[in-house]
Amino acid sequence: MSVINPLNRSMTTDFDSRNMDWYIDKFVQFIVFVAGISAIIFIIGIFIFITMEGFGFLLEDFSFREFFFSPFWEPSDEDAPEYGILALVAGTASVTGLAMIVAIPFSLGAAIFIGEFASGKMREYLKVLVELLAAIPSVVWGFIGLSIMNPLIIDLFDVPVGLNVLNAGIILGLMAAPIMTSIAEDALKAVPDRYREAAEALGATRWQVIFKTVLPAAKNGLLGAVLLGVGRGFGETMAVLMATGHAVNIPGSLFDPVRALTATIAAELGETAVGSPHYQALFTIGIFLFIITFIINLTADLIVRGIRKG
Amino acid sequence: MFAESALNVRNKRVQNLFRILFLMMTVLLIIPVVIILATLIAKGGSIISIDFLFTDPTNGMTAGGIFPALLGTVWIVAVALLASVPLGVAAAIYLNEYAGDNWFTRIIQLAIINLAGVPSIVHALFGVGAFVIFFGFGTSILAASLTLAIMTLPVVIVSTRESLRAVPQAFREACWNMGATRWQTIRRVVLPNAVSGILTGVILEVSRTTGETAPIMFTGAAFFLPFLPQGVFDQTMALSLHLFVVATQVPGVPDNLPFGVALVLIAMVLLMNSISIAFRMYLRGKKKW
Amino acid sequence: MVDMNVNLAAADKIVDPAFAAPVKLGVSDLTIRYGGTAALSGVNLEVREHEIFGIIGPANAGKTSFLKTLNRMDTFNTNMSVEGEILFNGLNVQNLKNIYALRSRIGVVFPLPVGLPLTIYENVALSPRLRGIKRKSELDVIVERCLSRAALWDEVKDRLNSLGSLLSGGQQQRLTIARALSQEPDLLMLDEFSIAVDPVTTMRIEDVLKELKHDMTIILVTNLVQQARRLADRTAFFLEGECVEVGITEDLFTGEVKDQRTRDYVEGKFG
Repeated sequence: MSVINPLNRSMTTDFDSRNMDWYIDKFVQFIVFVAGISAIIFIIGIFIFITMEGFGFLLEDFSFREFFFSPFWEPSDEDAPEYGILALVAGTASVTGLAMIVAIPFSLGAAIFIGEFASGKMREYLKVLVELLAAIPSVVWGFIGLSIMNPLIIDLFDVPVGLNVLNAGIILGLMAAPIMTSIAEDALKAVPDRYREAAEALGATRWQVIFKTVLPAAKNGLLGAVLLGVGRGFGETMAVLMATGHAVNIPGSLFDPVRALTATIAAELGETAVGSPHYQALFTIGIFLFIITFIINLTADLIVRGIRKG
Repeated sequence: MFAESALNVRNKRVQNLFRILFLMMTVLLIIPVVIILATLIAKGGSIISIDFLFTDPTNGMTAGGIFPALLGTVWIVAVALLASVPLGVAAAIYLNEYAGDNWFTRIIQLAIINLAGVPSIVHALFGVGAFVIFFGFGTSILAASLTLAIMTLPVVIVSTRESLRAVPQAFREACWNMGATRWQTIRRVVLPNAVSGILTGVILEVSRTTGETAPIMFTGAAFFLPFLPQGVFDQTMALSLHLFVVATQVPGVPDNLPFGVALVLIAMVLLMNSISIAFRMYLRGKKKW
Repeated sequence: MVDMNVNLAAADKIVDPAFAAPVKLGVSDLTIRYGGTAALSGVNLEVREHEIFGIIGPANAGKTSFLKTLNRMDTFNTNMSVEGEILFNGLNVQNLKNIYALRSRIGVVFPLPVGLPLTIYENVALSPRLRGIKRKSELDVIVERCLSRAALWDEVKDRLNSLGSLLSGGQQQRLTIARALSQEPDLLMLDEFSIAVDPVTTMRIEDVLKELKHDMTIILVTNLVQQARRLADRTAFFLEGECVEVGITEDLFTGEVKDQRTRDYVEGKFG
């Protein structure tokens, strides 16, 4: 004979009521939802706040033509201040361009080596190393440009000053390469192994597999890696502030000093009065940077997602 | 054994050639960094001492130690973590445990990607506009830390989400079947199994936050302060900014001083990163399931 | 009602379905769809208190989907839609105010044992803890009782603090049964519990189930028709999303079937 389990809860229908746990669950769900959308709130917040601070300039002193097409950035000229960012854009573009020339071959090469050739322990070590490289702070890179690259360039090329496009471009290239390497390696890893197996079954050698099968299949991801590198170069501040020479100048050669958009803000914001046209003009550069990097990141993401779906 | 055909031999050779070429590229990527590190150690190593770490700068920052900057960095990083870790972990819980695979989640992910991609100087502008001016925190540790917290939020979210994702779905289902609410499941089963992974991400964030300079320049870090911060509404010196200052803003600094500062900064960052990586590998080898 | 339960407990097997115990679970016109495709359609059946209700049928018959809808696990699958009515203790499970309370009254055992990454003790103590039981002495009693009833206590009583996932497959399956019992369920659902379990353990678990039915209602989904014959009072035959027939188990095996497909399946002609 069995006895009915004394602890068995009653079999009536009164179980259907909301208890503390139910309400706590709903509350937590609300809290994490708010945290979840915080990233959206912050992105919108960033845009609103920098626009708010730069708004006065946009309304009064801003001239589309002058801002984008004048090479003269002379905001502290008391009689006729000029706010042209053409030279700054040229500075940022030249440095970023050179950085990509340096970083693209190395990072793609390294990604191919790590992803397709290296194996086991070696692969692990290299990945760790790349990760550590990516962690070096930009102010340290800037200092390296200032104190190591600068005398090196003066010696090697016999130029009076070593803070220029070449210096900043190399520094920025070295900075961007590790990140581009890891993203590119991810893109290679995303190519299914059956592609490689199929090609190998047809008698292709390893490098044929890589060039004819893996790279074409991963091309969107690799493009995404390059774009993110460009975005990073565009937005980099401390390193370009310290290594470019910081002179408003449309560069004619690798050895010309230039000045970047980001560096201009970093160098001048501290010296301007809050609310002055100069201060607001710096925020307007910020809006411009925000929009450009937003577009770059969005494009990179769309391209990378494109392959994931396919 | 078959004799290798000429074609095979040639293919092998080409393959080896490519192998070496790519290896060279990888090595070339790494070598400059090794040289740089060696130079930093060679030129800055001589100044590093307990005194250097724990005394104040003297003679207009041309001599003495870096203690206020070191302490200030600890302040800024600690306050930034207090803000970003709870928020980032909660956001990751939402994304991994609640959010469906739909356009709304996509937008959140895009926002996270962009938050990580917005230039640090733009974050600085936001910090000035929002925290320093609008919320009236002034240039303070609080303003600097919050700016950094928002900037590094993606680091916490992404790494926490990774470690939540690593907890097998079967555990959640077993728990739900027992009548546990979503939150009970997360608290009792998911989080305890993800906490070490989350910690890895937090260490990574500490490393990121330590090195950032631009976002704190105008929000709370000062070139030089004759006193130590007493609370979150004070300004402070910071190690990263201190490197910038002694390297570019102060005349007559002896050569080895900025190298020493750079060495301490890079050592802190790399140490933190190495701990995070080592911890991650240790965890990978020690799964409970 | 209590009288009736005692009566039932005395009767080892319900011989006559007309000897109607109260309905534990009433399912009418149940249709389950994934996206547009129906996994199960038009199911009508009743499960009575203190019976072992067997569900047999080949793979993809909709058996597991059926179980999922009973304790509302369909809420976690946005792709899954459920029509029809399921009455549990007379309440429609589709419009409950607190589905967690429903789930806590229904114990579930999966085909593959899922030992939570907790100690053996904590695996069994989790459900009581979720209900708010905090006292160690009380938990100790529950843990020992549940492990004993799942025929696992003797094997693990000296290592309650080691990880549940370190147990053997058969032990883990009994651990999940103990965990389900710790919910003090009035309905226990087992989904092909013997798939990853050795025959000896299977027999032990079957003995456990025969004991348990005095205290609760059991739904036993199995791909082994002989297991259903050994244990189930009544059995339903599911085939390709259809509930072909429901009847007294012995009738299905002695040929008193309404549908030829049932006879063929039971006799092993397919599936």
